[in-house]
This record gives sequence, structure tokens and C-alpha cells, in this order.
Amino acid sequence: MQEQEEAPAFLEESDIAVIVNGHSYERRVPVRQLLSDFLRHELHLTGTHVGCEHGVCGCCTVLLNGEAIRSCLMFAVQADGMAITTIEGMAGNNSDLHPIQQAFMEKHGLQCGFCTPGIIMTVHSMLRDNPNPTEEEIRHELSGNICRCTGYQNIVEAVKLAAERMRAFQSESEMD
Amino acid sequence: MATRWFGAPVQRTEDPRLLRGRGSYVDDFDLPEMLHAAFLRSAYAHARIVHINTSAARELPGVHLVLTAGDLGELLEPSPLLVPHHALTQPRTQLPLARDVVNYVGEAVAMVVAENRYIAEDALDLIDVEYEPLPVVSSLEVAAMDNAPLVHVDVPGNVAAHLVQTVGDPDTVFTNAPHVIREHFVIDRGAAMPMECRGVVARWEPQEGSLTCWISTQGPIPIRNGLAAIFKLPEHKVRVIAPDVGGGFGTKIMMFYPEEILTPFAAIRLNRPVKWIEDRREHFISANQERSQSHDVEYAFDDQGILLAVRDTFLHDTGAYTPYGIIVPIITACTLPGPYRLKNYYSEFTVLYTNKVPVSPYRGAGRPHAVFIMERIMDGIARELHLDRAEVRSRNFIQPDEFPWDVGLVYQDGGPTKYDSGNYQAGLDKLKTLLDYDNFPAMQAEARKQGRCLGIGIGCYVEGTGIGPYEGAQVRVESDGRVFASTGITTQGQAHFTTFAQIVADQLGVDPKDVLVITGDTQAFNWGMGTYASRAATVAGSAMYLAAKKVREKAKQVAADLFEASPEDIELADGKVFVRDAPHRALTLGQVAISANPLRYAYGENARKLMSMKLAGPRPGPALPPERGGPGLEASEFYSPPHASFASGVHGAIIEVDPKTGMVSFLKYAAVHDCGKVINPVVVEGQVHGGVAQGIGGAFFERLVYNEEGQIINASFMDYLLPTAAEVPPIIVDHVETPSPLNPLGVKGAGEAGVIPVPALFASAIDDALSAFGVRVREMPLHPNRLFELLQEQQGG
Amino acid sequence: MKPPRFQYAAPRILDEAIALLDQHGEEAKVLAGGQSLVPLLNMRLAGPSYLVDINHISELHYIEPEDGYLAIGATVRQRQVEHSALVKDRLPLLIEVVQHIGHMQIRNRGTVVGSIAHADPAAELPALLTCLNGEVLAQSVKGERVIKAEEFFTGYLSTALEPGEMLTEVRFPWIPPRAGWAFLEFARRSGDYALVGAAAILTPDQDDRCMTAHIAYLGVAGSPIRARAVESVVIGTALDDVTRDRAAEISRSIVAEDMSDVHATTEYRRALTAELTRRVLKAAWDRRQS
Repeated sequence: MQEQEEAPAFLEESDIAVIVNGHSYERRVPVRQLLSDFLRHELHLTGTHVGCEHGVCGCCTVLLNGEAIRSCLMFAVQADGMAITTIEGMAGNNSDLHPIQQAFMEKHGLQCGFCTPGIIMTVHSMLRDNPNPTEEEIRHELSGNICRCTGYQNIVEAVKLAAERMRAFQSESEMD
Repeated sequence: MATRWFGAPVQRTEDPRLLRGRGSYVDDFDLPEMLHAAFLRSAYAHARIVHINTSAARELPGVHLVLTAGDLGELLEPSPLLVPHHALTQPRTQLPLARDVVNYVGEAVAMVVAENRYIAEDALDLIDVEYEPLPVVSSLEVAAMDNAPLVHVDVPGNVAAHLVQTVGDPDTVFTNAPHVIREHFVIDRGAAMPMECRGVVARWEPQEGSLTCWISTQGPIPIRNGLAAIFKLPEHKVRVIAPDVGGGFGTKIMMFYPEEILTPFAAIRLNRPVKWIEDRREHFISANQERSQSHDVEYAFDDQGILLAVRDTFLHDTGAYTPYGIIVPIITACTLPGPYRLKNYYSEFTVLYTNKVPVSPYRGAGRPHAVFIMERIMDGIARELHLDRAEVRSRNFIQPDEFPWDVGLVYQDGGPTKYDSGNYQAGLDKLKTLLDYDNFPAMQAEARKQGRCLGIGIGCYVEGTGIGPYEGAQVRVESDGRVFASTGITTQGQAHFTTFAQIVADQLGVDPKDVLVITGDTQAFNWGMGTYASRAATVAGSAMYLAAKKVREKAKQVAADLFEASPEDIELADGKVFVRDAPHRALTLGQVAISANPLRYAYGENARKLMSMKLAGPRPGPALPPERGGPGLEASEFYSPPHASFASGVHGAIIEVDPKTGMVSFLKYAAVHDCGKVINPVVVEGQVHGGVAQGIGGAFFERLVYNEEGQIINASFMDYLLPTAAEVPPIIVDHVETPSPLNPLGVKGAGEAGVIPVPALFASAIDDALSAFGVRVREMPLHPNRLFELLQEQQGG
Repeated sequence: MKPPRFQYAAPRILDEAIALLDQHGEEAKVLAGGQSLVPLLNMRLAGPSYLVDINHISELHYIEPEDGYLAIGATVRQRQVEHSALVKDRLPLLIEVVQHIGHMQIRNRGTVVGSIAHADPAAELPALLTCLNGEVLAQSVKGERVIKAEEFFTGYLSTALEPGEMLTEVRFPWIPPRAGWAFLEFARRSGDYALVGAAAILTPDQDDRCMTAHIAYLGVAGSPIRARAVESVVIGTALDDVTRDRAAEISRSIVAEDMSDVHATTEYRRALTAELTRRVLKAAWDRRQS
């Protein structure tokens, strides 16, 4: 008897296993549930915010396998087997603020705070790929995140400060 | 008393929580057994509702409730009219769900409550509404036509309100003036677009008979009062909380939005918590909008460029209803005179209904329009007489020794439009330095040689802020020395938690970090209005100051009794209360708080330490003498301003225009701002930055476009363009400080200032950049496409 | 805005995906990056009953130099192309074009083939493919077929794909080594869909005159337009100012009659197209190796 490959079924619900901020989760999800809603309401990680659900405002930005993506444009079921980092995963284990968060606080880089988690995840990704960005590069890379409160000025200053400190820390640890 | 914290750039206490993603915005609340609501909204701008069939929706598994107007019983009443006015002779407000007719695309027609939002939206798709379309009033032009179709059948000519105000004798002045120019200006619709949409979570506790609502609102106390009245509950059984709010900008000061009534209604009906979270598409068609006006202006001036008189006749588009009265056009009328000596002024406005989303204030609230007009007038005078634009303004400024200056109009608060203080020339001087204004012509000429069109523009404004009626605050020292302060206003990012802590910390000699400020919870403070009109720091801040000062006086009195000293000799610093020049005779602030409460039993470490100290025993007579004003170190105070205080400023920018494409870029932007004394300069600058960004949006990127059927054709962020970090330039901010004599802090409002002069200066800069083409900008916003058309017109098609 | 109900499958083998698409024809849609499809689902402007998620099909994940063209498989992300050393070396114009697509977060998920299949006339990649005279590979249970770019894009969001067919590969032809190339667009904001844009590839002859020209525009009609009228103006010339002005004038007529929308009128697009032509021709010609 020839063994037949099981054809993939069409499903309306699916079991997924994801790693979020280093923790493993197994859940059954409706296939149409957006990743943003899964994170917020299934896992109760409400730091990721929803501003538009059509992929423009950037409030929902998280890291998927290290890459910044819009969680409102992905279904939770698509994240099966992947690792996600949200804003809640940014502060260290001893709960110190990450240098990016610290810089935002020092430079008044947030007002209402709604766009802030998405911006911080974007900045995290940006500085990893480009540790020494110019002001123009910063503004360009931030153009996928909308802020309605700050006028961006202090956000840009915060990014510069964070970049400077992270570079200093990097060269210190390289010297060890 | 020397202040340590007032004026200091103190870091915000609320930031660590927000930065960690631990904010509590309304959608972050997940209550047990909670259900989710969605609203079916009209797809027509004007139509009769013939029939609604909800049976399929009701039968969808997971649906718990479907409501239409017929299901609302006594609730089916037009929502209250906020801010009535004698000139608003034909007010109209919405029903919570439309019954016979819909008047704008987005008007709520049915409500579904289901297990989750996904199913609720599925149910919406199953509701069948039969509409009979009616003629659509899709613009001010259509509304104002003879024999125009009517938005409301019983409102002739679509006229909601009409108001004339006159100062001096403009007619005579016009007749005799050497120069008179007449122009038509148009400002088009835009919206605040906070990053967080609206939302309500309502929970009804049947055993207690209590209703709790978390609402993304700027005014929980008036909502609490309204809900108590609507649901016939005692006020103390209704609690409304504005949690963390992701931006308001005026959109969330409206009450009631239908959803704010219907969500609690559903919660009471179902005995389960109900959550409604607005999505962005809904926000575009059901959250209030603003900005649309059309002005016919005449201005008279002499050969020296002195403005002699202005006549401004304008139409204001209020959308389908007038929930917020006619505040916006009143503010426009009162703001127009600006920083100039205008003694002869005729203002006439007509508010017209249109089949569009209703209008209520958006940051600026009518002032950007007025400033656009007046600054165009100043530029018009300069152009006609070949004078420098800054020079014309200087010649017309009210001088520093002419305050208080009565404009001669009744302001939005019903009080006089009376400028308390200001120094407009000082602001302009600073701005000119920041932009190197005097050397710009040379820079411009150089650029022209390379075929580049550079222009410089300025915009001056005076802004009424800090209106009443009042706000209040309560300050209380706890037994561990930390301070609890609460007030009825709300916070959407303006750092009240920090700025008010600074005010209190100065009075009580503590660190702002030890002052916990609560805003926006009706249980924490019972009285007040809300955050809007650039009034929170001025009015609530002043109340906070008065309450903290009273607590300070109490602390001194109590300590004076304990140390057998005189209250004048008592000082508060570093969390201690001590006798001046005898610092060993000291108590902690917490210990004083304990002592101030003559309980028979006292608890805790602090209390035990107190017992062992050698302090004066209680005096004979009542343990709590009436002059003490109550136990503990606690006080509530209210502040009611006599009338508005008037902030001011001037912004300027250097831009470059590409005449081939109409594209514009900013080369430099500077803002000089006067909000009186400054509590926290970093916070004020942040407010200016944010306002400028919205102003740039409103000048160049944002415009809500309605078609002839009253549909918004750009109802998404893909097509309604908000400026990003790549579009907003760096902003240089400087200050002038003319304290307000009207409140104990000397402050004036700062929240809206950034947005106000931007359209004006943008137009000014474009005219300057394209002066060779003779362009004169008379409309806002101005997109490259439109600028291109203006250029074509000038070049003869 | 939540998507309507659908059924979801995530096959790991291409044949399975094709079989599923064949089963459900027009009721099924391919889900790759989702950056164009999911917004439509969230807004309930699209309501396919079946989604076939192809992201797990590893055989579709390749960037391969072939004889005559660069082949990119259907699951390759735009960002992967952006960072590809191979593409930087062999077809840098592709990178320059990809960098104009949306924002980094979009490019981290969005696929090259997905953008082609979506066929938005204001999108960059369809215009580039048209400019290069490239091809796509479509597969179904009936087999595979190669479709030329200009035949593939049939109108606004429409392609020559039949129900049950999916794109598995896009082929970007190589650019002659001496050719100069450029891509420019006018957009309101960084990352927006362009108002108009153009890709130009100009190859000089031994006398340093334009031998061949490929010029394609986006945002001017329902599909990307290969502007042969403009090409014939510049062929044989040295791309001097007069030639460029003439090319600019001709390019105005490429803009279709009904191209007015909320962002730009047809007339304005014509003016932008003319200016764009001038600039992109100069930029491309300056880059040539004579």
C-alpha cells in the first residue's frame, strides 16, 4: 500500500506554538485572529497597541524572528514556530530600562505613550542594523511610525542618545 | 517663597510605566465575562431609514444583543447640547441611534454586542437596512445656495446660528480709508487623528447598583453627571475614569458620543461588562472633525500700513449636528484681531449644517482660521505698500504698556476678550534673530540664481487660554510623608502627573517623585470640567497650587503647636518640617500629618516615634479646633479665573518650493512662544513641537475630501496623510515670558499654541518664494497639486 | 476592522498549494507577505473564502542568477532582496527600486512576487519589471506558463492570472554592463505610493549616443506603461537638454485620461510626468559607462 501524504486541511482554528519575549506559549487560535489581537488579548501583552489595522501607523510594530513587522497585518496562525519580541521584552531581566527606553525618558521622547512601544521596537531594529545613523537616516527609518503628540523632534534626539550610548557600551565590551 | 521645582525640566514620572508597555489604555482592560460591541453606521450621507432587519444578526452564534432606535425606550433622546448660545437658534443633536433619518455617513444606526469584535462585525454584515436616499448637502457652497436641499427639514436655509459682533465704527472707517482690499479665504476640513481611537468599557454591578465606565475621554466628570441623569442613578454610584488616553486634541472632549451612552446601556441590559473600541475606519466617519470655514474679508489701511478696520463675513460648517454649540466660530471671531490694535471690526458668521460628520473643537479650535486671515491681511498690506512684512506687523502691534487690552468682543467663556499681558514685539525680535530674517533676502537672491525658489514666512498669534468656569484640586499628605494630589481634569500626554507634582512639591518641600497625582477619575475628585481649550495647567494647576499652599499652612500651624513656635518660623524642605535656625527641632512631613489627625489610637512606626518625642501636649479645648480646617494635612481648593488669559507667539519658517512640481520642503522652522510663567520647559516645548507637526499636517498634507454624495473618499491613513518624522523639520523653540496677572502661578495655556500660526506662515512663505509669479495663497490646506494650479493660473494657464 | 471568516491552509509543498487553489478557484487567494492582502481583509474589501499561505513552501525561496535574468521565488521578502549581495552586484537598480517600497516594516514581510501579483499601478516593482521587459512564471495543475510583463498587467489590480494559477517566480532581465539606469518617483511622503514614477535604462553606443532605451512609468494609467514614444525620442541622441525637453513633452501623453484621484489630478500628473522624465533621463544617462 502506498503511503499517502496527508493533504493539508483547510481549517478555521489552528494550534500554534510561539515564543514571546523568551516564554513559550501554546494556544488554539481562530485562523483569522490578527497577531496584534493575539498578543494583546490572548497573551495579555497589552503594550503593543493598535492604531489603524491597515498597516500605516506602526503602533503595532513587534519583532518577528528579530525583524520589525506590523502585527496588525499578520495572522497569529502565521507566527507558529516563531519568536516574537514585544515592548514587554525590552527591559532587562533585572528590570532596568533598555538604553533606548532610558534615552526616551531623558529626552521627553513620549507624551501620550500610545505610539511609543511601536517606535521603540522600530528603533531597536534600526540601531541593530545601523548603529550610527545620521539624523536624516533616523527620520527616514522612523517614517513608518506615526506620532501625533511629539512632532518627532525629541524622538530623534532620544534615538541619537540611545545610539551613542549603545555604541559606547559595545566598544567597552569589545575592549574586555 | 523660592521655588525649586517650578520652572525646572523635571523628568516625567509617568514614563517608565509607559515605556515598558504598561500603560492602561481603555482597550487594555479585560474584565471577566466581558462582551464586545460594534456599530452599524450609515453608508449614506442623507437618507430616510425605511426598514432595518436584524433577524439574521440576532441569530448569529455568539451574538448577545442587537439594538436599533426602537429598542432604546427612554434613552432615545437627542444628546445634550453642550455650550448653548443665544445666537444658536437652531441647535440639533444626535439620537443615540438614528431612527427615521441619517444625516451623515458614519451616523450610528444599530449596535451589536457579541462574544468578540470579530463576530460583532460579522453580525453587522448581516443587518439589512433599507435606505431611501435624500438630497445631500455636501459642502458649505451647497448648504448656502438659494433653495439648497435641507439637512434638517425644519431648519430653513440650513442655518444653525448667526452672530454679528461689532467693535467701533467700521463702516465710517471703510468709507474714508485710503486703501481697501477685499479677498476670499477658504479653510478646508481636517481632523485631530489621535493615535488611539475612541473607546468605552462599561461595567454594571447590580448588587451595588453602581456603574463604572473607563472611557478614552477628556472630560469624565461631565460624562459621569450625564450618565447619572440618563440612567437615573445617584452620582456617587457612577464612576467614570479616563485611564491612559492615547491623544485627545479635542476629539475626545465631545460628550455625548452615542457610544458613550449605549455601551453602558448594553452593560446594564446584559448584566455583563461591555467593551467598545473604535477602529480607524469608524474614527474617520464618526469622530468629530473641524476646520471648514469660508471667509469674505475686507480690510482698510493707511499709507503707513496701519490697519484701520476689518470686515469678516464667514460661513462655518458644523456638519450634521451642533453638539458642541458654536464655540469654534466664536473663537475664530474673537481671535482674528490678534496682537494688533484693531479698533474697528465687523464680524459676522453664519453656521450652516451639512451632511457631514459633526464638528467640534480640534486643537486650535477656530484660532488657526482667524490667524490665517489676519496674517494674510498683514501680508496683503505689506505687498500693496511694498513694505517689509515684519515691519507692518510691528507698526500695528499692541505695545507692552497697553495691557490690559480690551478687544471689545465676548469670548467663548462669556467673558471679555481682554488681553492680560504680552510683548509681541519682543517675540518677533527673537524670531527674526532665530531665522536671520534681515539677511534672508540675500540668501533668497543667491538661491534664485541657481533656479531655486526660497521663501520666508511668519505668523503671529494671540490665543485665549485658561478659561473657567473653574477646576479644583485636593492635596493630602499621607502618614508616610508621600503626597496624594487629585484633580478633575484629564491627561493625554501633557505630563500633568509631573507638572502638578512640581507645583505641590514646591509648597510642601518634597521631591516631585513623592507626589502621586491622579487625574481623570471621578472617584478621586468630584468636581470640574476637563482638559481642553489650553486650560488644564492654568486652571487646575492654580487650584493645585492653592490646595498645596493650604496644606503647607496647615503643616506650619500643626508644627508650630508641637514645637511651641510661631508658624512664621516653620519651614518645609526635604520632606521635613522644622523650626528655622533650629533644624534639630524637626519632624517628617508624615509625622506632622499623623499629628494633625487627633485619633485616640495611632498606628505605625512613625506614630510610635512621635509618641516618644518631647513635643507639646494638646491644648485645652476641642481636639480638632474649627480654625484647623479639618483633620490631617489635606485641603481642597478651587480656582475660577475672572476671564481667559492670553498667550501669544510668533512662528516662522524658511521653505523651498519647486515650481515645476509644487512640492515644498522646510529648510528651517522656529517658534517663539509666550505662555507666561513656565512650569516645565521641556513639557511646554514638547507641546509646541507636537502642535507644529499637526499644523504642518493641516497646512500641507491633511485634508478630508468629501465627494458630492457626502462620502469621505480618503478615509484611511493611506490617503489622509499625517506627517511623519521625514516631513516635520527640526523646530527651534524660544520663549518670551509675560506672566498672567490673573492666576497665582502667572501661567497661561500652552497646549494648542503650536498648531495655530502654521497655515498662516506657510502661506506667507509660499507667497514669498513664488513672488516672481505673483502667487497669493488664499486657501488652506494647500497641496502641491493645488499650488501647481495656482502657478498655472498666474502664468496664464 | 477585523477580517471576515475564511478557511486557512499552509501547505509545505508547491504541488499541494496549486491543488488547493485549483479546488477553490476564485474563492481562494494566495497569502504571501500579506502587506497588500491583509489590509483589504481587515477593511472587508476582500472576502476570499480560502487563504492558501505559501510562506512555508521552501522550494519557492530562492534568488538565483540565470542565463539572461535574475530569478526570484515567490516567498522571497523585499528586504532580503534589499540586503542581497548578489543583487547589489548584478542588478543594483532592483535594490534602488525596492528601497522606495513603503517602509522597512512592510519590506520585512512583503514579497517581491506578491507585489507583482497585486499589480497596483502605483507600485514600483511592476513598473520595473515592465521596464526591463521581464517575465513571470505562473503555475497551476495544468502546468506552467511564462507571461511577459506587458501582457501580465491587464489593469488596475488585474493580471492575466487565471483562477487556480499562482505566480511562483519573477524574472528580472540583466541590464547591459554599459547602460545607465535610474529610478525616480514623486510621492507626498516618504514611503507613500508614488504619484508618478519612472524607471529608465539607457545604453550608449560607441559614439556615446543612446543606442537602446527602456523607460517605464508607474502611476500614469491602470497598469505600468512602457513608453516607447519617449524611447524613440531619445534613441540616437546624446540626451541633451533639447532632447530631454522633447521627451518630457511626449511623456505627458502617457498619462491616461481618467487618472484623477484624491492626491493628484490628471493634469497635475502630466506635469509631474514631464518633470520626472527630464530628471530620470538625466540621472540614467549620467550613470552610463561610455
